[in-house]
Amino acid sequence: MIRLLLILFYILIPFKSFALIEVDITRGNLNPLPIAVSPLSIDENSKKNFEKILKKKNIGEEISIIVENNLKTSGLFNPLNKDAFLQAPDIANLKPRFEDWNLIKAQALITGKVSFVEEKLRVEFRLWDVLAGKEMIALAFTTVPNNWRRVGHIITDKVYQRLTGEKGYFDTRIIYVAEEGPKTKRIKKLAIMDQDGANNKFLTLGNELVLTPRFNPSSQMVTYLSYFRNLPRVYLLDIETGMQEVVGDFPGMTFAPRFSPDGKKIIMSFAKDGNSDIYTMDLENRIVEKITNHPSIDTSPSYSPDGKFICFNSDRSGYQQIYVMKSNGSNVKRISFGKGLYGTPVWSPRGDLIAFTKLHKGKFYIGVMRTDGSGERLLTENFYQEAPSWSPNGRVLIFYRETKTDEKGEGFSAKLWSIDLTGYNERMVDTPTDASDPSWSSLLSN
Amino acid sequence: MLLIIITALSLPFLAKKPIDLPPIVSIELIQITDQTNIPFAPKAKKIIEKVKEKEKKLVSEQAPPKKVKKIKPDAIPLPDDKVDKIKEIEDDKQNPEKIDTEVKQVSEFEKDELFDPNNIAALIDKSKEESAETTNKNDKITQDQQKSVENVGLSLSEEDALKAQIFACWSIPLGLPYNENLLVRIKLKLKPDGTVMKSEILDHARMNKPGQGFYKVLAESALRAVKLCQPLRVPTTGYERWKELQLNFDAREMLEG
Repeated sequence: MIRLLLILFYILIPFKSFALIEVDITRGNLNPLPIAVSPLSIDENSKKNFEKILKKKNIGEEISIIVENNLKTSGLFNPLNKDAFLQAPDIANLKPRFEDWNLIKAQALITGKVSFVEEKLRVEFRLWDVLAGKEMIALAFTTVPNNWRRVGHIITDKVYQRLTGEKGYFDTRIIYVAEEGPKTKRIKKLAIMDQDGANNKFLTLGNELVLTPRFNPSSQMVTYLSYFRNLPRVYLLDIETGMQEVVGDFPGMTFAPRFSPDGKKIIMSFAKDGNSDIYTMDLENRIVEKITNHPSIDTSPSYSPDGKFICFNSDRSGYQQIYVMKSNGSNVKRISFGKGLYGTPVWSPRGDLIAFTKLHKGKFYIGVMRTDGSGERLLTENFYQEAPSWSPNGRVLIFYRETKTDEKGEGFSAKLWSIDLTGYNERMVDTPTDASDPSWSSLLSN
Repeated sequence: MLLIIITALSLPFLAKKPIDLPPIVSIELIQITDQTNIPFAPKAKKIIEKVKEKEKKLVSEQAPPKKVKKIKPDAIPLPDDKVDKIKEIEDDKQNPEKIDTEVKQVSEFEKDELFDPNNIAALIDKSKEESAETTNKNDKITQDQQKSVENVGLSLSEEDALKAQIFACWSIPLGLPYNENLLVRIKLKLKPDGTVMKSEILDHARMNKPGQGFYKVLAESALRAVKLCQPLRVPTTGYERWKELQLNFDAREMLEG
């Protein structure tokens, strides 16, 4: 008996054991993730129906192109060439052969199916982890066929969130000032488009000068400034209904109205008795409250996402710099101390950074700094660029850039550009006319 | 004698392994709130039509549609067709109730995510792993059983080779928050040729904690790196030494810059 137990003991206790070796992996690559976007499969009957309604031969392919373009422009994904795909879309959607997708170095795979159900568009999609061989998300959407582009954007948002850990910014719109004509006699209209430049629409005729449109961070409401009989007027515009409302006429030199995070107030600067200060207006009772009271020029206010603080720029130190204060105007603190002039501060929707425009030695920079002014990073430099606006997830900035006119006074242009927070992936956003003063909406669907 | 039997039977490797259930992902149905027509200036019609034409061209340049049987469209309705507009307004107005249901559904989906069956196994595992770790640390100094422990890790060059290989395979998700603990510990069981027999996330329970969604994304990226890299560049000798290996993936250094 004792012998038996001893044998058991020796079998169970290893003769020699080793301490577990630990290896620290502190670096990785920031290369775009290789992803395969398989065209969404579609049955013949649905294909015919959608072709009648949408004039698109294969709506499944069209939606997958939208997803692919979105992923590519984000700079974080590398959609693989469809010619290399070995598996047909309809079979891939049911059960992907992971070995085939692994072979083309795809780390993630998007498959799906489009069908015509009761006059509506039904899209089902799945995201697969190719290396782990498992499904990561499966979702189905039903909507009116005309919303097919939005379906592509929503799919991208879901994929982006699942793979990067933060919300997407694809099912969004951008409002901006469309500009036409010579520099001295510009016609400026309010315009709106999807974040990828599609569905561009003009919202005003161009009879009056429009400036600084800004989205409400929580709804599809816009506030902007327009000159009526040479007087600045602040307007509210509901993008969903098209309803427009005058908030009020203000004295000369009114600037940059912007919503508070809850959308209940508008914050702006205007000059009263020759001195420019920051004011808020309650949209319910229209009561105007003075926030700063200083003989210097205080402009460009922007709330923190929790509504507790305001950043703005002021020349109270002698030069234009960025300041932060509590939302009641107390505890004013200068945060920018670098060389040059700082302007147009905008608080990130994530709350961690403030984007700004900087002018130094005749060049304009778009940059970001922490909310205490530390960690200043200049993302891009150019002849003239300003007015950064954050994507709703705080990952991308959109701004406008002007080009120099030549000796004849020609060659001037203004275009929208976007750049990633890391300073990479700078790209021009295509607009039918010249464009300035962009503002990014929140996600249309959460 | 009784003590020996109890000790032998309570050894961790005799404990029943948790059942590794495959994650179940259910399809969530989402009703997209329909988009209303945005009014635009009548003079702008021409420009919009131009843009649409341009967009069509762009689409065809990016990826030519598959060849399908040509079907003649019945009629091409104008984009500003009044009838269409009315229909759209009736059909597409955003309905606050609809939004409510949408939000509800999404949150239900998130709940589904929280009830990952892996979590159950992980929760059972967690206490075991933690106690195992502390004993491991103490082992180095006190326990008699570990007299024969060889604290020989990988040599610098061996470690560098392995690190360099995994650095190249690990695509760090960029959307992670900067101020959080971004350490993922993965325990591997390896074959002599460096292929992975088993990979286990040591803080598995954290993956499904509310507000830690980013950790799941990070852990998955680390697992992908391991799978992508295998067979791992392990030393050609001393299999007993490295047949079990712990990789500590830490994204902080990369993301803080």
